Amino acid sequence: MFPTKEQWYRALCERHGEDLQEKFTSATVAICGLGGLGSNIAVALARAGVGRLVLIDFDKVDITNLHRQQYKAEQIGRYKTEALAENLKEISPYTEIVLHTVKLTEENTVDLLEDSDIICEAFDNAQCKAQLVNTVLEKMPHKYIVAASGMAGLFSANTIKTRKVTNKFYLCGDEISDVRDGLGLVSSRVMLCASHQAHMVLRILANEFEV
Amino acid sequence: MVKINGEELNIAGKSIAEYLEATNYDPKRIAVERNGDIVPKAQYEDTVLCDGDTVEVVSFVGGG
Repeated sequence: MFPTKEQWYRALCERHGEDLQEKFTSATVAICGLGGLGSNIAVALARAGVGRLVLIDFDKVDITNLHRQQYKAEQIGRYKTEALAENLKEISPYTEIVLHTVKLTEENTVDLLEDSDIICEAFDNAQCKAQLVNTVLEKMPHKYIVAASGMAGLFSANTIKTRKVTNKFYLCGDEISDVRDGLGLVSSRVMLCASHQAHMVLRILANEFEV
Repeated sequence: MVKINGEELNIAGKSIAEYLEATNYDPKRIAVERNGDIVPKAQYEDTVLCDGDTVEVVSFVGGG
């Protein structure tokens, strides 16, 4: 028999404790970019029982995404927002999912992110990363942003770290390895960085603000 | 002295824009934090560094 919403919530409370689960369930987290970072962050947060996820990406699933992103072969050509929502619903049926199939710009950022408690920067382009972080910290100074920089290549897993840059800005990654230098992205290392981001989100929701 | 990314530099009196011009940072790939707060991009020219300031330039690399 398919579990009811109440059974689902009870099972999460059994694992996380009721206090913590209540914090996760009442939260809204935005994920900007649904590639190697964003799709993996989304899976981790949906499994943890974060109540509402806002997923933002304009792109479609490509065959070259499948080695590190949480999509399936049959989803090639579909919008990432819609494909990921489908996969998340199979994993965690009671997570509320909001989709924005648009390109995030300086103009629409505030509107699209206003109702989120925490924002994950999960783009692949360095300029887009910098633009989102600057826009959020300048225009929405009360929001938390958890960003990522440096997770390319097959370098050691142990160089991926989480760092607190300001009270509202956390940065995950090795901050060095750049796809521009011809490095490929390897699923395990990208997932490590995504896990750092997802983990910091859950810590912030639990009022644990140190890294 | 101004501490930038952990290094003590004798550049008090210069603006953030002036400091950045003398470096190799790509202005489109960075965020600048000064004494715990982010400096809005539009204020790089008007933000003058003072003795005792602590600044960090975060430079993003690609991949995700």
